[in-house]
Amino acid sequence: MTPTPSSTASAPAEHAATDGSFDDIVRSDSSLRRFLHGLPGVDQVGCEARAAGLGTRSIKTTSKAFAIDLAIRMVDLTTLEGQDTHGKVRALASKAMRPDPADPTCPATAAVCVYPDMVATAKQTLGDSGVHVAAVATAFPSGRAAMDIKLADVQDAVEAGADEIDMVIDRGAFLSGRYLEVFEEIAQVREACGDAHLKVIFETGELQTYDNVRRASWLAMMAGGHFIKTSTGKVQPAATLPVTLIMLEAVRDFREQTGQMVGVKPAGGIKTTKDAIKYLVMVNEIAGPDWLDPDWFRFGASTLLNDLLMQRTKMTTGRYSGPDYFTLD
Amino acid sequence: MSTVFEYAPAPESRAIVDIKPSYGLFIDGEFVDGTGKAFKTVNPATEEVLAEVAEASDADVDAAVKAARRAYTRVWSRMSGSERAKYLYRIARIIQERGRELAVLESIDNGKPIKESRDVDIPVVAAHFFYYAGWADKLKYSGYGETPLGVAGQVIPWNFPLLMLAWKIAPALACGNTVVLKPAETTPLTALLFAEICQQADLPPGVVNIVTGAGDTGRAIVSHPDVDKVAFTGSTDVGKAIARAVAGSNKKVTLELGGKAANIVFDDAPLDQAVEGIVNGIFFNQGHVCCAGSRLLVQESVADEVMERLKRRMATLRVGDPLDKNTDVGAINSAEQLAKIRELSDIGEAEGAERWSAPCELPSNGYWFAPTVFTGVSQAHRIAREEIFGPVLSVLTFRTPSEAVEKANNTPFGLSAGVWTDKGSRILSMANRLRAGVVWANTFNKFDPTSPFGGYKESGYGREGGRHGLEAYLKGEDS
Amino acid sequence: MSRIDVRKTYKLYIGGQFPRSESGRSYVVNDAKGRLLANAAQASRKDARDAVVAARAAFGGWSGKTAYNRAQVVYRIAEVLEGRREQFEAELRAAEGISTAKARTYVDAAIDRLVWYAGWADKITQVVGNANPVAGPYFNLSTPEPSGVIAVVAPRGALLGLVSVVAPLIITGNTVVVIASEDNPLTAITLGEVMATSDLPGGVVNVLTGSQAEIAPWLASHMDVNGIDLTGVEDVALATELEAAGADNLKRVRRPAPDTDWLAEPGLDRMTRFLETKTVWHPIGV
Repeated sequence: MTPTPSSTASAPAEHAATDGSFDDIVRSDSSLRRFLHGLPGVDQVGCEARAAGLGTRSIKTTSKAFAIDLAIRMVDLTTLEGQDTHGKVRALASKAMRPDPADPTCPATAAVCVYPDMVATAKQTLGDSGVHVAAVATAFPSGRAAMDIKLADVQDAVEAGADEIDMVIDRGAFLSGRYLEVFEEIAQVREACGDAHLKVIFETGELQTYDNVRRASWLAMMAGGHFIKTSTGKVQPAATLPVTLIMLEAVRDFREQTGQMVGVKPAGGIKTTKDAIKYLVMVNEIAGPDWLDPDWFRFGASTLLNDLLMQRTKMTTGRYSGPDYFTLD
Repeated sequence: MSTVFEYAPAPESRAIVDIKPSYGLFIDGEFVDGTGKAFKTVNPATEEVLAEVAEASDADVDAAVKAARRAYTRVWSRMSGSERAKYLYRIARIIQERGRELAVLESIDNGKPIKESRDVDIPVVAAHFFYYAGWADKLKYSGYGETPLGVAGQVIPWNFPLLMLAWKIAPALACGNTVVLKPAETTPLTALLFAEICQQADLPPGVVNIVTGAGDTGRAIVSHPDVDKVAFTGSTDVGKAIARAVAGSNKKVTLELGGKAANIVFDDAPLDQAVEGIVNGIFFNQGHVCCAGSRLLVQESVADEVMERLKRRMATLRVGDPLDKNTDVGAINSAEQLAKIRELSDIGEAEGAERWSAPCELPSNGYWFAPTVFTGVSQAHRIAREEIFGPVLSVLTFRTPSEAVEKANNTPFGLSAGVWTDKGSRILSMANRLRAGVVWANTFNKFDPTSPFGGYKESGYGREGGRHGLEAYLKGEDS
Repeated sequence: MSRIDVRKTYKLYIGGQFPRSESGRSYVVNDAKGRLLANAAQASRKDARDAVVAARAAFGGWSGKTAYNRAQVVYRIAEVLEGRREQFEAELRAAEGISTAKARTYVDAAIDRLVWYAGWADKITQVVGNANPVAGPYFNLSTPEPSGVIAVVAPRGALLGLVSVVAPLIITGNTVVVIASEDNPLTAITLGEVMATSDLPGGVVNVLTGSQAEIAPWLASHMDVNGIDLTGVEDVALATELEAAGADNLKRVRRPAPDTDWLAEPGLDRMTRFLETKTVWHPIGV
C-alpha cells in the first residue's frame, strides 16, 4: 500500500472490481438505477460547509514541507492543447522528471498527461524514469464519438506506450439515466487498457449535482476504473473541494464494502500550493492516510507545479521566490 | 514510505491581547473599583490565572442600576432611533475591527477553539449589533410598538460569553433601554473588553453597565426594584428561581435555559452530512451549548452504519490547545463543569450504557474531556434526560417516525431538535410535531441575528434574535 | 295552577361531559338580590386534575386541526350563542342584576368577540410569524404554535369576560381549563352547553366552578399545564403565589388585569402570550 515514490502503479488486479460481485446490480438499467439512486443523498450545503471547514486547517513547517513534496509527486503534469508540439511535450517531460533542476532533492511528478498522439514523444523522453505517461482518450474532452472509435483511441495510446488512460464518460447517457450504457462503456475501455491504469473522468461540472457525482463514482468503481477523476479541465467549474470530497467519500465507502482501493484525481483549477494542501488535508481526513500516495491521489494540473516549486524554495531559502526562476513549460 | 501527515501546531498569537492584572466594574461609562471582594478568572486550558476581577456587591449593583436609570431618563430614551442606531453600528464596526483580539481573548478565557471564536462567535456578535442597529429607527414597523421598558438587568452564561452579551445588549439598546449586564464569573474578560469598546464608540455613560460577579451579583440585579426587565440565559434551575423571584412584580422576563435536544437521523438521510451534523451538534463548543444535539435518535436500520461513520469521524477530531487553529474541540470551561460531565458520564456507565471515547491525547494541565458517545441508552437513563453540557452524546434508536417524535418530545425541555431525511414531506411533518423552539432540518447548530431563538416548556420563554427578539424589550401595543 | 318549572342542575364541564364534582360538593349561587339562583358544583383539586388530563388529551387533535377548521368551530360557537341569546340575556340579568339593554350589550359583544377571534385562526400565523433572511443558504421560517394546556382564572363578567379569555386561547390551538367567576359560575356552565353543541371537541375547553383560592394553586403548580392566565385573580397575594408556583415548570404567565375594559377591541396579546415561536431551518441546495 505504500510503494516508493518513483514506482506508482501497482498491478491492476489489486484494485479492480471485476470479480463479478456487482453482477446483480448491473443486470439491467433499472437494477443499476435502483442501486445508484439508493445511495445516501448528498446535502449540498452541508457538503460544501464540510469542505470549507477542512479548508481552514492551517498547515505549517514540517507538515507543509512534507505536503509540498507529496503534492509534487502527485502531479500529473498536463498539456492538452491543440497547439501542443513535440518540443513542448519533450520539455514538459523533462520538467516532470526534474521539476527543479537546481535542487536534486526535489521529487519527480507522477506522470505527464498528453493527447494520444504525443504519448510516444513523452515516453521517449521519460524512458524508465518512473514518471508515467497518461493519455486522454475516448474522444476527449466531449466523449462524443462511436464506441469503436473510442476504443481505437484507447488502443492507439496504449500501443504508443501509455501507462495510464484518462477516459471521459458519456455525460449525455449518464444524465439521461442510461447508466448501464455508461457502465459498459467504462468496462470495455478498461478491457482495452490492458495493463494500463484507467482513470474515469466524469466532467463533474456537467453533472451538476453532488448526488450525480456520487452515483458516477460508484458506477465507475464498479465498472473497474482504477481512478475516478473530476474533470477534463475544459469545462468550468473543474475540480472543486466539495466535488473531490464526495469522490473521496465514495472511494472510502467502496473500500469498506469491497476491500478494494480506487484512486482519486481532481483536475483543473488547482493552481496554488495552498489549494493543493487543502486537497491533501481532505484526503487525509476523509479517505484516510492510505490515500496520501501518488498511487491513490493525483492532481491534474499544469501551473500548480511552479507554485509548489516556489513555495518549496521559500521553505528552504526562507525568502519568497518569483516566477522568473522556474520554467514556464 | 509515506510519512503520516501530522499537522504541526499552528497557534494563534496571544500577543494581540492585553490582559490587565485586575479589572474593576464598568459603571456609568467608567471603570470603577468594586466595594466587594475580587475573584480570579483562569485559562481553562492551562489553569493559569488570567486576572483578578471585582465581585460586584449589592451597593455596586445599585450604583449600576442608578447609572442605567439616569442614562435612560436623561439620554437614551430621549434620543431618536436613528441616533441610537448609529451608536450600535459603530459598536458593530469596532467589533469587526478588533475581531481577532476579541476572538483570542474569548478562547483564552473560555477554552473554546480559536476556529470557533474567530469564525462563529465574533462574526455573529458583530452581525447581531449590525442587525439590531437597523431596527432602532424602524420599531414602529416591528409589531411590538416602540416604547422601551426602561432598565434591563441581564445575566449571561459562560458558553458563548460575548455572543450572549450581544444577544442581550443589541436588542435592548436598539429599543431604547439601558442595561446592567453580568457576565459569567468564569468568562468576564470579553465583556470587560466590550466595555472598552463602548468607550471607544463614545456611547453615553450609563447606557451599558457591566458588573462582574457570581450568583449573588446576579440575584441583586434580578431582584433590584428599579429593574424593569430581566433577561437571563443559563441553567433551568436558576431560571426557575428568577421566575419565582419576579412573581408579582411588573418586571418583564425572558429566559433562555437548558435543553436536551434530539437529533433524529432517518435511514434515508444524507448520511455523511448527518454525521457532520451529529458531530457539530454535540462537539461544537465542547458541547457547552444549550441547544446541543445531545440525544441522537437513529433509525434502527442504519444505526450500525451511522455509529461506524460517527466513530471514524470522531477519531479525526483534534482536541487540545484552544489557540491552535487546527483544534476542533477545546477545553472544558471550568473544573466544576468538568466534574459534572465526569459524574454524569460515570452514571451513564453505571446505568449500563456503553461508553466510547475518541482516541485522543489530552493535555496534562487544564480541564479536558474527550469526545464521548454512549450507545445502548434508553429514555430512562439519566444521560438521556439530564443536560450534561459537555461533549457527551447519548445514542438511542427508533423504528418509526411516531416513535422518534414520542422519544424526542419526551422531555421537560424543548429548545431545539434536528431531523435528517431526504424526504421533504417527512421533514415538514417532523418539524410540525417536534415541540421545540428551533428545528434544524438537515443541518444543526446554525445561528443568525435574523433568526429567533428560544424554547418551549422548561427551556424558557421569549425569543432572542430576529424581529421576535424585539418583543422582549418593548412595551407592546396592547399590553 | 301554574306549571312547576324544570330546573337545571349546574355541573362541571370536563372532557365534553357534564360531571358533578367528584367531591360531591356544591355551593349556593345567589342572584344580585341575594335570592337563590341555583347550586353550583364546587370543584376539587381532583376535578382540576381530571380537567388537565382532558385538556392534554384534546391538545394534539385540536392543535393539529387546520386553522380554517378551528375558525369554523369557533364561529359555530358564535352561531349557537346567537340562537340562545335570550337565555343568556336572562341569565345575566338574573345573576348580575343588570338592565336588559346592558345584558344585550354583553351578549352582543360576546358573540362579536367570538366572531372576531374566529377570523384570527388563519391570520395570526401570518401576522406574528415571518421568514428570516439568514446570512447563508438556508430556508428559515418562524411560525407560532400553541403553548399547550393553559389554566385560566376567568374574570368577573360571566359571559363576555369568559369568552374574552377563552376564545383567544383556543383559536390558536391551545386547550383550556378555566375556573369560572366564583360569584356567577352558572353562565359559564351554560356556555359549556353551547360549546358542547358547537363541534368543539371535548376537552378543548374545560370549565370548573368553585373556589378560585382552592383550585387555582393546584393548576398553577400542575407540571402538565404549560401556561396560566391570572386575569381574574383579584387578590394580589394569591396572584403572586400562583405566579411563583407556576415557575416550577416555567409556565407562561399572564398577570392579572384588573382594569380591563371588556367591551373594547382586544389586541393580539391574549393570543400571543400563549404562543411559542418555532423556527425551522433547512439548507437550500440542489
